[in-house]
Amino acid sequence: MEITTVGLNYLNNGYGLKSWLLTKDHKRIAILYLLSITGFFFLGGFFALLIRLELLTPAADMVQPDTYNKLFTMHGIVMVFFFLIPSIPATLGNFLLPIMVGAKDLAFPRINLLSWYIYVLGGAFTVVAAATGGVDTGWTFYAPYSTSASNSHVITAGLGIFITGFSSILTGLNFIVTTHRMRAPGLTWFRLPLFVWSMYATSLIMILGTPVIAITVLLVAVERGLHLGIFDPALGGDPILFQHLFWFYSHPAVYIMILPAMGVISEIVQAFTRKNIFGYAFVAFSSLAIAIVGFLVWGHHLFVAGQSTYAGLIFSILSFFVAIPSAVKVFNWTATIYKGAVSWDSPMLYAFGFIGLFTIGGLTGLFLATMGLDIHVHDTYFIIAHFHYVMVGGAIMGYLGGLHYWWPKITGRMYPEGWAKFAALTVFIGFNLTFFPQFIVGYLGMPRRYAMYAPEFQVYNVLSTAGATVLGAGYVIPMIYFIWSLKNAPLAGNDPWGARGLEWEIPSPPPTENFVVSPIVTEGTHQYAPSREVGIGH
Amino acid sequence: MFTNFPFFPQQASEQAAQVDAVYFFLVAVSAFFAALIAIFLAVFAAKFHRTHHDQVGDAIHGSIALELLWTIIPLGITMIMFVWGAQLFFHLTRAPKGAMEIYVVGKQWMWKAQHMDGAREINELHVPVGRPVKLIMGSEDVIHSFFIPDFRVKADVIPGRYNTMWFTASKPGRYHIFCTQYCGTKHSAMIGWVTAMGAADYETWLGGGARTGTMADAGAQLFQSLTCNTCHLETGQGRGPVLKGAYGKPVELEGGGTVVMDDAYLRESILMPTAKVVRGFQPIMPPFQGLVTEEQLLQLIAYVKSLGAQGPTPPGQPATQTPAGQPSAPPATPTPKQPGSGN
Repeated sequence: MEITTVGLNYLNNGYGLKSWLLTKDHKRIAILYLLSITGFFFLGGFFALLIRLELLTPAADMVQPDTYNKLFTMHGIVMVFFFLIPSIPATLGNFLLPIMVGAKDLAFPRINLLSWYIYVLGGAFTVVAAATGGVDTGWTFYAPYSTSASNSHVITAGLGIFITGFSSILTGLNFIVTTHRMRAPGLTWFRLPLFVWSMYATSLIMILGTPVIAITVLLVAVERGLHLGIFDPALGGDPILFQHLFWFYSHPAVYIMILPAMGVISEIVQAFTRKNIFGYAFVAFSSLAIAIVGFLVWGHHLFVAGQSTYAGLIFSILSFFVAIPSAVKVFNWTATIYKGAVSWDSPMLYAFGFIGLFTIGGLTGLFLATMGLDIHVHDTYFIIAHFHYVMVGGAIMGYLGGLHYWWPKITGRMYPEGWAKFAALTVFIGFNLTFFPQFIVGYLGMPRRYAMYAPEFQVYNVLSTAGATVLGAGYVIPMIYFIWSLKNAPLAGNDPWGARGLEWEIPSPPPTENFVVSPIVTEGTHQYAPSREVGIGH
Repeated sequence: MFTNFPFFPQQASEQAAQVDAVYFFLVAVSAFFAALIAIFLAVFAAKFHRTHHDQVGDAIHGSIALELLWTIIPLGITMIMFVWGAQLFFHLTRAPKGAMEIYVVGKQWMWKAQHMDGAREINELHVPVGRPVKLIMGSEDVIHSFFIPDFRVKADVIPGRYNTMWFTASKPGRYHIFCTQYCGTKHSAMIGWVTAMGAADYETWLGGGARTGTMADAGAQLFQSLTCNTCHLETGQGRGPVLKGAYGKPVELEGGGTVVMDDAYLRESILMPTAKVVRGFQPIMPPFQGLVTEEQLLQLIAYVKSLGAQGPTPPGQPATQTPAGQPSAPPATPTPKQPGSGN
């Protein structure tokens, strides 16, 4: 399998800046997104590093509390709105969705480019807010602190989130229309790759949820700027209303972050076991179930806010329900590996890591859905640990796994596998060292968002900071070898993994319009061996 | 370097062990499932490791039986968590009748507590061991949250309304109070200590210190100085309704409906009197929004409450009105708890 030349493709089809900034090619737009979210990832990571350094000691000695408050706020805003939410959909989703459905592009290529410009504009507001002094409300913008008390750049940062929300909505719209209207002949819904199902479910949340966060931050700006009483009781408003509106979006937003990673893991597990998924329909529908039920659980953020106990009961039981489809996915991935031809290549290592860490993240979510227990752990480091297991252990592991899996397709080149394995291991170890101690210190009672803390919590914070250093290294290593690989690594060829799927049938990197002739699909996804048993699925 | 290496918070309230029981159950379930998945992954990864380049896996499509199994079993287990957690929540959030009441006001960045007998503290809270204590909490500015980890209790403290929480301290000692709802610059300095004392020590503590009068006394003074008394006459001839004996009873409203005169209704009626006007009265009372502090509000409410307690049907918190050193209220009977035995 010696490959020496690369034909005309989306990368060498025009070189000028203009050919990139005015491109309508979904693959180039994916690259634009990749570059911008990587920038935000390292910006958010830099804030995280400063937070961890400050927390080495119980006193606020490295930075002042005001600075610390701005650091965790900017870390949250940047990571949530400018990295995690766009991460997989805007990069891998943009690149792969049209190819996976056998289309030449997304349904609305111009809108796709527009969504990137909107994202950049929103990002610019956030960067300006950070550069001119920052915001200190926490990424949650709780009123009335954000509307009446904070002396920071709340409106600027809020506008950044407001604006970037539209890029999310447009991407979701594009994905939904493309999935409905542009599938290749023979590509029925139940032959779709599971990554497409997860993108579809994610897009539903983006379209239905994002307008609510946009309205919410707008209302914050209105109350703050015009003193109209909406949330502040001193002006006749209701602060709990803010929390309902905020979490109505921001809880489903968690699923915007994790569903795409689940889709990536489904693809990786199949490709690196050379085996079709166990229980295709269950995995596909569990994505939709998560998206739908995920809209009905927001009140579990308000158990100690004095919300009606009976409302709390409903939110509690629905929160347990939403855990079930996640569990189903974990069991199905595990069952898929059974009797597979299991490779230990780096994408699969990330998949193993994802399944393990997401399992812990999901299980610890049950602690928070359990009302009587949530009273104690609410707003402590237990919650910080829980959602970092889901978002970093889950979403970022999935993102990195996907990036490794499809890197040869995106760039046409391999990467140094030894280094990749080393980085995957470093990320896994660093991650656990950072966040596992936070479960313990959280149950001990250390509150989140504390610049200063009681001395008995120090040992766990030192462990966390040590872990964060390892984790940081684990993120920088792939950055280095990916850049190195662009010129130096061996060419990949169409299908370096021996995987199945439309994306592996076309050259790497793909030509501008993906397919010379429209493909005709005759079977489901990831079929490697002839059917042995009759089971469910199609 | 780290002489203090706790792994688990103290159990210093009667609630703590109940919360921990649920916690241990969830830890056990989580550990079991996490280990199960980890073992399966490790075994499958090793056993089915690809041995030659072109090897493919078996085409297994799934199993309805297995899908049902791993849907129903987790569902059953989580429903146990739900019911247990909900029961615990009801217990943790509903103070028993006759609990000793203490008012807490949060403001950037301190906790102020007012005991019924007039004792006031900042960032400190003294409570007796073995007796239910109910905190009635309000905020002067933004949202705070009152958290005592060693008691496993927490509630948000929200401007514009009262939230309550309760606990029964079980072990004398000093325990952290943390603010857990981010509230600005000194959020992490909005901390304090609960001191749980044996009943006898607590009585001694109550007896000490300068005191200008009970909360109700302070409220009575405000009632005069704000000229509330010119309309709310005891005779029933005033332009405002009679407050004596009214607390805890239903009030008929102008335009239909009734509301129980509780802390929330009194608060609303002082700040925004026109919101719910008592039947037969004109909406002529001026709003006191911005004119009284949260603490003054609480004193006024304590005063109205004390009027209610003298009425024909006392609404059930007489214990807190006992003067210090008069151990007539049953729960406060000084059982000889060894002072400092728990430290």
